[in-house]
Amino acid sequence: MTEMNMIQSLNSALDTLLEKDENVVIFGEDVGYFGGVFRVTSGLQEKHGMHRVFDAPLAEGGIAAIAFGMGLNGLRPVAEIQFADYIFPAYDQIVNEIAKLRHRSGGEFSTPVTIRTPAGGGIKGGHHHSQSPESQFTHTPGLKVVYCSNPTNAKGLLTSSIECNDPVIFFEPKRCYRGPFYGDPHNVPTWKGHEDGDVPEGYFSMPLEEARIVREGSACTVIAWGTMVHVAQKGIEESGIDAELIDLQTLLPWDRDTVVNSVKKTGRCVIVHEAPKTSGFGAEMSASIQERCFWHLESPILRVTGWDTPFPHTTEWDYLPSPGRISEAIKKTQEA
Amino acid sequence: MTEGDKGSLEPYNVPTAPFRPGDKSDFGGPWVEQPGDLSRPDPVNCEAPDTHDHAHGLIRVLGDDDSASGEWNPELDAATLIHGLELMMKLRIYDDRMIKMQRTGKLSFYMRSLGEEAIAIAQTMALDDTDWIFPSYRQPGAQFVRGRDMVSMICHCIGNTEDNIRGRQMPVHYSWKEGYFISISSPVGTQFSQAVGVAMASAYKGDDQATITWLGDGTSAQGDYHYGLNFASVFKPPVILNVVNNQWAISTHRNLATGGENFAARGLAYGIPSLRVDGNDFLALYSVTKWARERARAGKGATHIEVYTYRAGGHSSSDDPSIYRPGNEFEFWPGGDPVNRLKKHLISIGAWSEEKDAELTQQIDDEVMAAYKEACTFGDLANGPFPPASTIFTEVYESVPWHVQEQREELGK
Repeated sequence: MTEMNMIQSLNSALDTLLEKDENVVIFGEDVGYFGGVFRVTSGLQEKHGMHRVFDAPLAEGGIAAIAFGMGLNGLRPVAEIQFADYIFPAYDQIVNEIAKLRHRSGGEFSTPVTIRTPAGGGIKGGHHHSQSPESQFTHTPGLKVVYCSNPTNAKGLLTSSIECNDPVIFFEPKRCYRGPFYGDPHNVPTWKGHEDGDVPEGYFSMPLEEARIVREGSACTVIAWGTMVHVAQKGIEESGIDAELIDLQTLLPWDRDTVVNSVKKTGRCVIVHEAPKTSGFGAEMSASIQERCFWHLESPILRVTGWDTPFPHTTEWDYLPSPGRISEAIKKTQEA
Repeated sequence: MTEGDKGSLEPYNVPTAPFRPGDKSDFGGPWVEQPGDLSRPDPVNCEAPDTHDHAHGLIRVLGDDDSASGEWNPELDAATLIHGLELMMKLRIYDDRMIKMQRTGKLSFYMRSLGEEAIAIAQTMALDDTDWIFPSYRQPGAQFVRGRDMVSMICHCIGNTEDNIRGRQMPVHYSWKEGYFISISSPVGTQFSQAVGVAMASAYKGDDQATITWLGDGTSAQGDYHYGLNFASVFKPPVILNVVNNQWAISTHRNLATGGENFAARGLAYGIPSLRVDGNDFLALYSVTKWARERARAGKGATHIEVYTYRAGGHSSSDDPSIYRPGNEFEFWPGGDPVNRLKKHLISIGAWSEEKDAELTQQIDDEVMAAYKEACTFGDLANGPFPPASTIFTEVYESVPWHVQEQREELGK
């Protein structure tokens, strides 16, 4: 085990797989010589060569298309979209092409593309460096959607995503690259000393499609992913209520059993995400949970989310779910 | 400016086709460009600027007198040419049968290659058998070159139980693994940039495998066309990038796809050697594709080709072209009919005759009819049987995830 932040652990996953499988290639804007704007691919080009880790022209639609073609022709491409907000020029290639190839070719062809992309707010990035577009992809059959939250699951889940024969959109919460974020922008710790900052060296994978119970509890189930896992943890502490916290980790297909079992136990549920509320993934989960847990529910399922507005710049702390809002929601579930 | 002037000023240029129904089409008479006008540069040492004239001119081999000449003459033997002719005839007769099936309700939809048969046939014949093919709608003929069973193709178009893609796509969206043939996507254009990625993977693996792709003049307005050209320009993988300029994108003329006159020369701006070829000239098409393939084999990267032709039929079975263009426009196309041109050339060199042609036509007609009847034994559009409903749920992922499985059980089939 080695102490790593999330940038280092993601780098370690990529490094290990480049070593292990000669079909793995990495490309994206600034990922080569420079090592990526967040430094996730730092040193990999130097170590593994220009043909395996390379800069791509500034064209997300082209990057996704190249990934499609490389994956189809036997490689295991890992493409970086520099910010999740930039993924939309690639949307057609991802949704109509990468996601559909296996099905529309009757299983004759497939393309095991992994698209890594930093998502979420909290870095004063305004509306085009802060969005969380996961539900744009959870609505697409054929994709898997993965969202890491700490150095350990970042490495384990990225490894599994790259090795997965289905295409994966892999979201990295950029606010947590260098430390867990508990909702206080004036006090952001590093990963140093955090239990999930101790990451296995060498090859390490974690199963996709499995949620992680971060904190066991009996009074309410709180579900989150990415940065919100940590903010929710703080919210639970502030509420003083014995809530169970689930880090969903994979959104498509999501681990419904773990969630349903928890809600049946607690009878109460709060779903937290940064993305806007309307048609957010919380809506899908909420519907699905009530189908399974209706007779166990003691109070309505609540959602604490970003607002149904564009993501703001200087007022982002009023946009993002805060520990206070989460705490209030948890308390509200106890009233009924 | 007075009030009255406003009506006479156009705020911007909205192009329309030069000829619409009721007009007499005029493409300027026989082509000025002749076989032998253009040199054949060394493909291996050629740079983009060396192809300036080739991008602005028109590479021809078959002359107006049906003879083959010039540096681009591939000097194919008569047997190869007859094979090419046969495949083009097969494609045309097959298309005719399929459109009849569509008209009688036996297919939901169809798209013919009419007038463009030489493109898929000649260009695919010039490739290696394992080169990847990323077609647009009018290159199904490539499958005939590689020997795909016609029954299997018709089963796909019907979407019956023997459709290898299980009734999941509209007709003409052929997908065929053994033939390295990737199905077109209806949003069109996406194949162009994907082909570059496939070629990059071939180069990475060190395979001598090239990739060819086509899109239409209309589709060249898509970003994917420019992504493809630019990535090919930067990474120089073994790819052959074709723009089939057939003058029409459904009802809009090529003047809506570019404000310029020329598609080939766009490649020069990307630093890619670029050629413009008579798309109804089997020999010229074969030759430029061989040239591009040599460049690919030598590790010299991409070639960009404008295939200059005319879409003789409608866009698909869903449109009647006489509503938006003169019904007889094809007759004025200087390139003529590609099948007829190769036939006349073969006759002129004494390798073919009208009798042989009639005999072959009958033979192919019988073959297509037999294939059609056999395909219908596996299900027709009106009566089925179709692939089982369970195929809705399979091959979405490598294995069926729980939520898809639940929905399959909900359907109960």
